[in-house]
Amino acid sequence: MTFIIIGGGVVGLSVAYGLLKNGQDVVVLDGADDDFRASRGNFGLVWVQGKGADCVGYSQWTRRSAALWADFAQEIEDLTGLDLMLRQTGGMEYFTDQVELEEHIAKLKGLREASGGDYPFEVLDQKELRERVPEIGPKVIGATFCPEDGHVNPLFLLKALSCAVRQKGGIIRTGVKVVDVSGQEGEFKVALEDGNHLSGEKVVLSAGLGAMELGPKLGFSTPIRPQQGQILVTEKLPAFLHYPSGTLRQVNEGGVQIGASKSELGLDDTEDTETIAQLARHAIDVFPHLEKVKMVRSWAALRIMSPDGLPIYQRSPTHPGATFITCHSGITLAAAHAHLLPDWILGRAEAQDLSTFSERRFDV
Amino acid sequence: MSQPDSPDLIVIGAGPAGLAAASEAARYGASVLLLDEQPAPGGQIYRNVKDASEQQNAILGPDYTVGRTLAASVEDVGIDYRPGVTVWKVGTDGRVAFSQNGEAQQVQGQHIVLATGALERPVPLPGWTLPGVMTAGGAQILMKSGGLVARDAILVGSGPLLYLLASQMVAAGRPPKALVETQTDANFRSAMVHIKGALLGWQQLLKGLALIGKIRRADVRRYKAVTDINIIGTDKAEAVTFISNGRVHQLNASVVLLHQGVVPNTQISRSLGLEHRWDIKQRCFHPVTDEFGQSSAENISIAGDGAGISGAKAAEHAGRIAALNALKNLGLVDGATHNQQVIPLLKARTKETAIRPFLNTLYAPPTEVLCPTGKTIVCRCEEVTADDISNYAALGCKGPNQTKAFGRSGMGPCQGRFCGATVTEILSKETGLHPEKVGSYRIRAPLKPVTLGELAALTEPR
Amino acid sequence: MFDPITPSTNANGQVDFTFDDKNVSAASGTTIAAALLAADQIWFRETPTSGQQRGPFCMMGACYDCLVQIDGVSVQACMTPVTEGLQVNRVPFSLPKEGKRS
Repeated sequence: MTFIIIGGGVVGLSVAYGLLKNGQDVVVLDGADDDFRASRGNFGLVWVQGKGADCVGYSQWTRRSAALWADFAQEIEDLTGLDLMLRQTGGMEYFTDQVELEEHIAKLKGLREASGGDYPFEVLDQKELRERVPEIGPKVIGATFCPEDGHVNPLFLLKALSCAVRQKGGIIRTGVKVVDVSGQEGEFKVALEDGNHLSGEKVVLSAGLGAMELGPKLGFSTPIRPQQGQILVTEKLPAFLHYPSGTLRQVNEGGVQIGASKSELGLDDTEDTETIAQLARHAIDVFPHLEKVKMVRSWAALRIMSPDGLPIYQRSPTHPGATFITCHSGITLAAAHAHLLPDWILGRAEAQDLSTFSERRFDV
Repeated sequence: MSQPDSPDLIVIGAGPAGLAAASEAARYGASVLLLDEQPAPGGQIYRNVKDASEQQNAILGPDYTVGRTLAASVEDVGIDYRPGVTVWKVGTDGRVAFSQNGEAQQVQGQHIVLATGALERPVPLPGWTLPGVMTAGGAQILMKSGGLVARDAILVGSGPLLYLLASQMVAAGRPPKALVETQTDANFRSAMVHIKGALLGWQQLLKGLALIGKIRRADVRRYKAVTDINIIGTDKAEAVTFISNGRVHQLNASVVLLHQGVVPNTQISRSLGLEHRWDIKQRCFHPVTDEFGQSSAENISIAGDGAGISGAKAAEHAGRIAALNALKNLGLVDGATHNQQVIPLLKARTKETAIRPFLNTLYAPPTEVLCPTGKTIVCRCEEVTADDISNYAALGCKGPNQTKAFGRSGMGPCQGRFCGATVTEILSKETGLHPEKVGSYRIRAPLKPVTLGELAALTEPR
Repeated sequence: MFDPITPSTNANGQVDFTFDDKNVSAASGTTIAAALLAADQIWFRETPTSGQQRGPFCMMGACYDCLVQIDGVSVQACMTPVTEGLQVNRVPFSLPKEGKRS
């Protein structure tokens, strides 16, 4: 069976890699150098803490992926020889505001209850936190710690997946733009902007924001929108930060990455001074010694958001053989997308029930 | 006149183009904020010209001291001149964020003139990151503002600046040990096609010949049509090896000065998302401007070498032209005055640039510099090699932003200033795509690194 | 490696500063980079990537190879004037973060 995978970001490549492992043929179509690419702009967390507070199914899916990540990383590293710098040390969320801390604790307690008690986390007061993270500043009143959190170098992941897919016999065509897709199971036709056509038996649409245009051609409603996030990164520093947090992590090269804002600006990925200043303020509030450290880069990227923020996994109601996959946590979910999703795409009986993530949930 | 917080014109860069633009605009009563990174006006060409000693002036020559008049224009009424300023973000809305004395601030201008000049073209030869290897421009800056001259240096590359520097070193009593020149007889034959233009610029041509004469009289050894250049040394430059006339040479030196011409500094114009074109002759990107320096954004003009390499004299004219155009658009100069003033400036600039096609062809950089191979470092900051870039191309990278993601080229503090052009050339070779199609790095804030403390201070009401 | 153009270049007077705790004298008004080169100091930093030694390259604030540290802040030596008593330090190379996977 030949799958045409439209979209060569981390989501598309993870799925492509998984399908190849399942004996399928894949052709991945990837866009231009200056496309919006969440895979190049994301924060790099493999994150569990707090996710799925309103949907236990998402919490479970996230945790399964986080639990699969070590094996997934090992496999990719063995295949490609590239270290993904996965560190699942557990992660912190730092708080400077009592109300926000309490709300977060309540959220984690709710998740623990919904998970039948199996949801590890600790609440650390300032003193306890300082024992583990001595650099925190006086404004930090406490933190929550979840041992299942971690981080990875997302750019190494992107490159390694690109290598792994090729090594497994997949074809990746870069610099191509899909303008049309049509057909049914066994006879899909994909038209490219350069005038060429491709045919394949199945299609996976994993084109990020590009799916907004292509989805309806395959009968998907693709209820997604861009949400801008900005990130800063500092000059390289000697290692000091052991635990990642949702907003601060030290990357393997030494820079401290500071994130991430949320703005609804449409298809606009320009960074702005006000947000940069706020992110810098947050970093100094948590780690005052960063005051003298220089920011070397900032960037804005666009998350692919569904109305409830959860992933969408959808088989086409009108074009059997076409599948739509989208999420804003492509790094965390990469292991699940490579190891679990192929069974579901191939319609196997042992596949995980993913009906929670159907786009039908948004039908009025 | 508008409020000081929102001047009519913000001019970025106080070299020939920026100084001329500021002074021309002030002449018509516009409020001008002139931001410059250096401690004194003049840009790199007239660096330190106000304070240079008699000895320095004698060595650097009249083409340097002539800049005094222009540098003095920072005193003009209407110009708020701020030296020592690091501009780290420019917005399409005319807002400019900068740091001065450790404090970040923002201003908004009605119109912005970018006059950020040129950068040395990267010369990615094996060993070019070793201490002791510098740009020729860097060595000249040391003469202008540091009062230092390199001893027994080897000059490598090609172009007028190489000869100018060599002759100034002769005048300083420290002639270079050798000139290792890359231009070939074939370059010369191709350049002769443009001799007519060169003759229009006969004064420049004569000056160039005089420089070469001076170098010859000082018995400086010149090697021509040189290839296979390597700078060798373990933790500092120790020698240069190369092939000339079919023979391998090795010359020992602790200072090696590189030059292959200069390219526009497009960091700000790129960060603004302005339109750029690849100049096939000058082998670099330049922003698209009309003859008045107007960029693809209506409130932004670009003057001087930052818009395309034309030299200091042409930059001065371009600065005045850009200022007049901006003032016309702002309604501060009427159409008739504009036209009357601008025509002689346009003519003068044309005369200054007539020699350029000749120079571009004569001193065209060789392929080994434009498109290095093997383990030669391309990105100095992140230590990414030419082979790495080729490998990323094999992995499907069609443009510099994907190679940046795959291997960190252009991610360091210099923000791609010294690898951008090379990465574009290598990707063009590997993919067969035109350099313009390959594109360049997306440049983002900060244009230069700035402390988190300064940034955070912007969140507090002042 | 570098010689003063003339001895009288120091007309503005002298300042003393330290580079990695060693005393350096320089002509006042000059940059840290020029002052250190005049004192035969050729490498200013080790790269955070591999520990290679680097020194001034462009002298105009573009290349960042002359980064040094003053009062905990990394600055471009070619853009920073020397002042009396300034303490300038090299930033030593530190190995990237190691540590276990989990």
